[in-house]
This record gives sequence, C-alpha cells and structure tokens, in this order.
Amino acid sequence: MIATLLLVLVACAIGAFVIGRNRAIAIAGGKVASLHSRPSHHGASLAIVCVVPALALIVLWSIIAPNVMDTAVLSRFSAELADYGVPQIEGFLRDSRAVAFGGIAGFTDELTEQAAAYYQSLNATGNMILAAGTALFVLAGLYLGYRAIKLRTRARHLVERFILVILIACSAVAILTTIGIVLSLVVETFRFFQKVPATDFLFGLHWSPQSAFEGAGREALAQDQSKIFGAIPIFAGTLLITAIAILVAGPIGLMSAIYLSDYAGPRFRAVAKPILEILAGVPTVVYGFFAALTVAPFLRNLGESVGTSVSSESALAAGLVMGIMIIPFVSSLSDDVINAVPQSLRDGSAALGATKSETIRKVVLPAALPGIVSALLLAISRAIGETMIVVMAAGLAANLTINPLEAVTTVTVQIVTLLVGDQEFDSAKTLAAFALGLALFCITLTLNVIALRVVQKYRERYD
Amino acid sequence: MNENPVALGSEAETSSKTAVKMRGTGVDVFYGDKQALFGVNLDIPENQVIALIGPSGCGKSTFLRCLNRMNDTIDICRVTGEITLDDQNVYDPSVDVVELRARVGMVFQKPNPFPKSIFENVAYGPRIHGLARTRSELEEIAVTSLEKAGLFEEVKDRLHEPGTGLSGGQQQRLCIARAIAVSPEVILMDEPCSALDPIATARVEELIDDLRQNYTIVIVTHSMQQAARVSQRTAMFHLGYLVEEDETDTIFTNPSNPKTQDYITGRYG
Ligand SMILES: Nc1ncnc2c1ncn2[C@@H]1O[C@H](COP(=O)(O)OP(=O)(O)OP(=O)(O)O)[C@@H](O)[C@H]1O
Ligand SMILES: [Mg+2]
Repeated sequence: MIATLLLVLVACAIGAFVIGRNRAIAIAGGKVASLHSRPSHHGASLAIVCVVPALALIVLWSIIAPNVMDTAVLSRFSAELADYGVPQIEGFLRDSRAVAFGGIAGFTDELTEQAAAYYQSLNATGNMILAAGTALFVLAGLYLGYRAIKLRTRARHLVERFILVILIACSAVAILTTIGIVLSLVVETFRFFQKVPATDFLFGLHWSPQSAFEGAGREALAQDQSKIFGAIPIFAGTLLITAIAILVAGPIGLMSAIYLSDYAGPRFRAVAKPILEILAGVPTVVYGFFAALTVAPFLRNLGESVGTSVSSESALAAGLVMGIMIIPFVSSLSDDVINAVPQSLRDGSAALGATKSETIRKVVLPAALPGIVSALLLAISRAIGETMIVVMAAGLAANLTINPLEAVTTVTVQIVTLLVGDQEFDSAKTLAAFALGLALFCITLTLNVIALRVVQKYRERYD
Repeated sequence: MNENPVALGSEAETSSKTAVKMRGTGVDVFYGDKQALFGVNLDIPENQVIALIGPSGCGKSTFLRCLNRMNDTIDICRVTGEITLDDQNVYDPSVDVVELRARVGMVFQKPNPFPKSIFENVAYGPRIHGLARTRSELEEIAVTSLEKAGLFEEVKDRLHEPGTGLSGGQQQRLCIARAIAVSPEVILMDEPCSALDPIATARVEELIDDLRQNYTIVIVTHSMQQAARVSQRTAMFHLGYLVEEDETDTIFTNPSNPKTQDYITGRYG
C-alpha cells in the first residue's frame, strides 16, 4: 500500500513539475527572462509543495499506525487477554499480524483468527484514510502552489532552500551517527569502569577476560575479577605488530613511491600505479590466510633451521603481512605528494649540479616530508585497526613481550573474542570491549588529527 | 624556409675585443621528431652580457638549456653539433654534467627557491660540491654570494627564515645568489625578470651589470629595453634559426636583417 502511494507520489511530482513549468512559461507569455525564477524552478517548487507534505503524512502514518492498531486490538480483546502475561500478549499480537498480513505464525487459534480479521479491517480503513489524506494534501498543494505562480514569485529561493535542507539533513545523519557511537562508547566504558577500576584496566599487566567467572559465586571472586582486565599486554601487542608493519611498509612504500614518481617512465607508471592500488583492494582475510598458512610456517621453519624457536603464531608473521598490506597506502599517497613537489625545484637543484639522487634526498623529500609523514600516519592508523590478519597469524595469547617471534594479540582481536558467543550484555567482559574500543578510537583519532594538521601545514608551503 | 642565416657578428671582430667563453657550432636540437634549432653558430664572449631575443617559441630557451645540458632532463630531447666551454666540448662523454653545471649556472624565469631557509638555499650548492670544509667557510660563501646578489642587507637578520617567504624580486635575487655560490663561470638567465615588478626588475638589471665583471652572462629576454640596458651583444632568433648577432647598439640602431628590424620595432606579429 505504502509502496503504491510512494509511486503515485513520484508520478505526482513529475506531473506537478511539468504543470508548474508550463504555467510559468504561459504566465511569462514567451518572455521567459521576465520571470524572477526560471520555469524549471517553478516546476520544482510546485512539485515540492505538492509532494513533501503528503510524504510527511505517509512517513508519520507508517510510524504511528502499527501502534494504533495494536492498541485497538488489545482493547477490543482485553477480556479474553486478561490472564495473559506480557510475553504471551506479544506473541499473540505477532501471530495475529502474521495471519492477517502474511508471514509465519507460530501458534494460531480461534482468538488469533478473530484478531487477524480485526487487524485486516483496521488496516483497510486506515489505508483508505491514508490514501484520502494523501490525495487531499497533493491536491491542496497543487492548487495553492499553482495559484502562487506569478511573474515575481521567488520559486528559486524555495528550491534552493529545499536543497539546502536536504544537504543539511544528510550531513546531520553522518554527524549524529558519529556522536551517537562515541557517546555509547563513553557510556559503556563508564559502566565498565564501575565494575573494574580504570587504573586496573589502563595499567594492569594481565589480560585474560575469558577466565572471568560468570554465574554463582561471582561475588566471591570479584577481587580477582578486576585483575584480569589489564590492557597493557594487548596495547603492547598492537604496538609491536604495528611497528613491524611500518618497518616493512615505510621503506618499501617510500622507495617505490620515489621510483614511481622520479625514475619510472610514464608507461611503467601507468601500469604499476593501478596494480599497487589493487593491492590495497585485496580483502584482508586473504592476507590473513596468506599470513597464517604461508608466512608463519615459513618463519617457523626458518627459525628451526637456525636453531631458534618461533611459535607458529607470531607477531613477526602478522606484522610482515600487515606491512605488505599497507604498502599501497604509503606508496600511493607518498607518490602523490612527491609528484606535487614542483618540477621547478628539481630543475633548480639540477642546474646547481646536483645529481638526481641528491636532488631527491635534499630537495624533493624534505619538501614532501610533511605529506609523507601524514601518509605514514594514515597507514599506521589503518594497521592499528586491522583485525583479520592478526586473528589468523598472531594468535590470541595476550603475552606481554617485545619478542616478535612470540604470539601476541591486539586490541581489535580481543574486542572480537570478547563479543563472540553468547554474552550477557552488561557483564564486565562485554563492557571491556567498549573500553577497548574507546581507547582505540582515541588513538586513531589522535593519529588522524595529527596527520590532518601536518597536511594542512604542507599545503601552505608552496603558495 | 630554406635560407640559412649565419651569425653575422664576424668572429674576427668579436675575438679581437674579448675572449670567447662558450661557442656553439652547428647546433641542432630535436624534440622527438620536431626540430627546434637549426645549425646555430653563436659565440658567447667572456665577461660580457649577451641577450637572446626573438619571438615566442623561436628556441631561445632551448639554446640556453643546451649550454648547461639542462636538456638532458627532457627524455625526448636530442642535441647535435658542438658546444664548447673554454674549448672543451660539453657534450663530450668525458665531461661530467655535474661539473659542467657547477661551472655554468642557471637562473629560471620563475623564482624557484627551495622550501628551506635563506641560508640553506645559498649553502645548497657549495654543500653538494664540497666547496666548504667548515661551517664558517660555508657561512662566508653564503654571505658573499648574498652580498654579490645585492640581497644581504635585506635579509641579514632572517637568514634562517624560509626563502619562500621573500618577495618575488628578493626570491629571484636569492636564486641568483644561489647560482653564484658555486662560483660558476657562466650564468644563464631565462627571462629572469618576467615575474617581477619594475622596481625589482631594475634591481636585478643593476645586479646583472655588476656581475658582468666576474661572470659571463647569457640572458633571454622579451623586453627590448632590458636587452638594450643590460647587454653588450644581442642575438636574434627566429623559428629556430639564429638570424643575427651583433653588438647591442648596432642591433638596435642599425640591424642588418629586416626580421630583426621588424621584431625590435614591434612590427612582428
Ligand atoms: N619539452 C619540450 N618538448 C617538446 N617540444 C618542446 C619542448 N620545449 C620546447 N619545445 C619546442 O621547441 C620550440 C622552441 O621552444 P623554446 O622554449 O626554446 O622557445 P622560446 O624561444 O624560449 O619561447 P618563449 O619566448 O615563449 O619562452 C618550440 O616550438 C617548442 O614548442
Ligand atoms: Mg623560453
């Protein structure tokens, strides 16, 4: 029903547009320039006046109507439902709706059939009212809007303002969502800190939330509870893996960027750059099994052959593969900033007798440095947020170590394991995930802000 | 276009006055298949200013960039013929282009200071060529170069501020100081004043006149007045050919080629 109405509205909008435009042209009597607004503005504004109130009615209706119908059904059958509990009543309503409008009903009896019939009649009435209301709004809008079309009517302003409102609404969605996410993180983190002291979380050296004891006797163990949420080991693990990744991606990415921008011929560049960017598009889970099935065993065998023990899940394996994964970020962004260094600087340096590599080291790279730094920072925040590779290649053991040959775990991985499986929503274990999420968010936010600031500074330099 | 104009400034006359610093003989330049210069023969006299004039696209910059082999940086560019610096062919395989460019410096049309401090801009060349062994030597080179470029007084209090923060005219003088700092013998200038206002232009022109004592200068300019003011000799290019070369006074008062006549009187389209 509502879908049909919406289709009709679209048709109305198109019709109103044509009517409004033609009316405007007719009023202008051939001299379109004498209109304040273009004919198409008049058309669009008539369409808006016609359709937007009706649309609002439909939206409002589809929010309110189900509740109204439920209330009506409940009051009608209140006698029969007197001894039902809340879950039963909900089940009853669900089943009746299913019978009435199609769907899978769990349990049907005489009463649900009756309720279903009532639902259907309510719905039919409602739809008629809605259709009538919509038609009324459309016609009223059409009439008023049509009459309002005059030579000096400021239709353009209405259209512009309408567009502005839509733009604002869209950006509000993005902004409000972000604010909502951050707020919920903050609130849940706060609740977590009521169960586990913030200091224990931030400075504790022991992380094993899987041993959190749920159920009877929990209170007796409350003392130890807080001691298993020490986040230091997993932040250390994150740091270790990220550092390895940057050690791999930084030099390789930067040097390939230099090659691409200053040495490679245009034909090689045209091929190599897209390929590098494809590397960025490989799903991380593919990198993950590459890390777990190829790199990790290779490292372990290598370790055996030189006589050191490498655990089969190691920070090194995850870090190396993650490094490969973020090479495209570093190289592609750095290539862009290196290219942005004006050719005149290179010429100036060459004219002083500098060789190409001197020019790059002493003029081009320093000039591009801020951009390169921000490329690295973006790559780092990408690495910090990466989960899949680490789950598959670095393991779940929260070891506090800086030995890259051992298994470590990261913040993102722990968030996953905390939330996988059935969880009580307000257990300390679940809430810990929010605290970790908030901490991670703060870190990447800081990195991004720094990167942005650096880029801004860089922009000012050549103008 | 099958006439084959040759340099009219007779060699005997030139060399009787002053030594030849650089000499181009039969210089052809190709960009890919397109020929941009046709058999140019031109002498660059020592310790003088020679101006290259001619309509846009006639090959002035191309010739200038042959003199310090800046054309090497353009992949499709090919140079034939001979260009000598003190009787040594600069395109000879034994010549190190780094060394050549240290001896033949260049100042560009648009000021292009490095995004470094004023001091670092000037110290850049001496550093890469190892001209100074100590910091104080380096500072001395920087200060003398800035003084010669007539910029020192204006910037002495802010040597460590970015060179890009200077005005356009100051930036161009900084670029000249940067070129001087490696003690070149020849300085090539490609329209060095075209991005400057008249006052800054006057300063740079004064500077060019001073520099003539110690350096050989080749300047490309679109301003006839500028050519007349700063140069002793003038070479007129047209469509890739060197049309005429003579003393600046002669060129401007009594040119022998009608094309030159048209160009300097502004009748050229
Ligand atoms: N990098 C290049 N690639 C291809 N052709 C070029 C290149 N540089 C110059 N040319 C061509 O060579 C010819 C001479 O150019 P050049 O820059 O030497 O002219 P110019 O006399 O300096 O002109 P202007 O006074 O406008 O600077 C022109 O036809 C130009 O199109
Ligand atoms: Mg030019």
